[in-house]
Amino acid sequence: MSSPRSSSLLAWPATSSSRAGRPAVSPEERRRTTLKRKIKENLTAYGLLCAALVVFALFSWYPIVRGVLLSFQQVDFVNAPTWVGFDNFAKLFEDPLFGVAWRNTLLFTGLALVFGFAVPFLTAVLLNEIRHAKAFFRLAVYLPVMLPPVVTALMWKWFYDPGPGLFNSALGAVGLPGGQWLDSSGTAMLSLVFVSTWANMGSTTLIYLAALGTIPGELYEAAELDGAGVWKRLRHVTFPQTRFVLLVLLLLQVVATMQVFTEPYVMTGGGPDDSTVTVLLLLYRYAFVYNDFGSASAMSLLLFVALGVFSAWYVRLTRKADQS
Amino acid sequence: MRTLVSPSALRSPRGKVVYGVVFACTLAVFVIAFMFPLYWAITGALKSPQELAQTPATLVPHEWHPETFADAWSQLNLGKYFLNTLVVAGGAWLAQLAIDVPAAFALSKLRPKFGNVVLGLMLATLMLPATALLVPTYVTVTDLPLLHLNLINSPTAVWLPAAANAFNIYLLKRFFDQIPDELIEAARIDGAGPVRTLWKIILPISRPILAVVSILAVVTAWKDFIWPLLVFPDTEKQTLSVMLQRVAIDMPLNVLVAGMVLASLPMVALFLAFQRQILAGLTAGSIKG
Repeated sequence: MSSPRSSSLLAWPATSSSRAGRPAVSPEERRRTTLKRKIKENLTAYGLLCAALVVFALFSWYPIVRGVLLSFQQVDFVNAPTWVGFDNFAKLFEDPLFGVAWRNTLLFTGLALVFGFAVPFLTAVLLNEIRHAKAFFRLAVYLPVMLPPVVTALMWKWFYDPGPGLFNSALGAVGLPGGQWLDSSGTAMLSLVFVSTWANMGSTTLIYLAALGTIPGELYEAAELDGAGVWKRLRHVTFPQTRFVLLVLLLLQVVATMQVFTEPYVMTGGGPDDSTVTVLLLLYRYAFVYNDFGSASAMSLLLFVALGVFSAWYVRLTRKADQS
Repeated sequence: MRTLVSPSALRSPRGKVVYGVVFACTLAVFVIAFMFPLYWAITGALKSPQELAQTPATLVPHEWHPETFADAWSQLNLGKYFLNTLVVAGGAWLAQLAIDVPAAFALSKLRPKFGNVVLGLMLATLMLPATALLVPTYVTVTDLPLLHLNLINSPTAVWLPAAANAFNIYLLKRFFDQIPDELIEAARIDGAGPVRTLWKIILPISRPILAVVSILAVVTAWKDFIWPLLVFPDTEKQTLSVMLQRVAIDMPLNVLVAGMVLASLPMVALFLAFQRQILAGLTAGSIKG
């Protein structure tokens, strides 16, 4: 009654019907269907991408172009923007605060490197050796990172208060004279660097700690068998093994600290005697106090170029050092 | 695990003493440097204004004024500003997930034509220092091209730029790249379209990376200062950070400090609850050295 073929038809209707529904296709036809499928897939992909493309176009790609254009325009939102060539740059160079802002920013970055680079690394090396209360140390060092920067800045402004502030009270308690901290142009920038280091060292410390965790223990063992003491092991094993992370974080830190804004804006407003006016603080004043968006954009362009040149030089330098 | 100091050196009597001293010193420094400022802030809020202004400052409050926290809540109108911050941060989080996840999925698994160009253009924005775009993005937000909308004082002024986050797309794409294509192929044979595949298969197995992206999004939005300062000139719309900075000069110090402590609590609580994900997020972007 039933041939093998018809029984398979009954048992596997899906397979058979699909086989029956798709007779031998010509290569031409097959190419057309794969093309159709390709088009459909591309459309779906761009459908899923379209929201991202819109936000990137509006808030990233377009502002990049707009920023360069603004640098060469006079913009005040009352009159139509006019093309002024390099006038904005010339205006910046004439502003005596411009040089001050760059000097202050470089000072901040330099001091931040001294503290913000050495302290977290040494802390990480130390924490890597400690076998007790590991969770506490990680939590403590990272806690300030979670505080809103404005809260940190306001809190430390109060700590620095020459009257009832924490610092002078503590110094007074051990019989030392207090300092002027934020109120003296000599120490204001240093005080800001201190806050910034305190607030941000948690993340770098934990990144270093993660890098230290990947160093194979045999390297230390071998070095020890060769008679290397703790310092030699630190120099010849720990440093080379974490070199890459150290170099990358150095670059990131320079780029980040050159853009310092919240601390001087909240804690000193640029004072005393303009000793804490940074590039970004001046940029903010140009745009949102003087309403001169052209000069402010020219300033961002200069900052971008400076950081770009530095990054390129730094990457080249480290690559050269790697090859030799 | 073997580290700089050898285990045998640690086990020797001298090693034990040195370790004990180093441990105690580190513990003391950490407590003074990181815990004490927080103690000082919390107890500062509990002191009376007179005691707070007194020189030298007191270590333990003579009088306790826990009601300062309630005063700060009502005087600073903290409820409103908490809600504003929550709307800004929550919206930024949702916008980043809703926009960046499908984009990363499309780039990773559907691999459309010119996908690499699109990805390259997105990643290129990471090279720019964040502040280089501050002024032009502000100008753009005041008058969106083509649409001519002014987003100033609207939370969308934070949400939408936050979604243009190439780092998120990079993190998500890198995670999606590790998901075997066979899984997607199998879903397609079962008749699931790409959107269904993303929703039913990719998202459930991507929970770890979604947690990292989510926490980064919320923490960044909660901590941000300069952008909200620019886009919320209306004092009623401001976030906690912007408001605290604005009222800092005029408020009694104890009320201000109480407000600062309260404004920090959500982030500290978030950290305590999601330590693992937060610390994973910290090293997620870094490349193995």
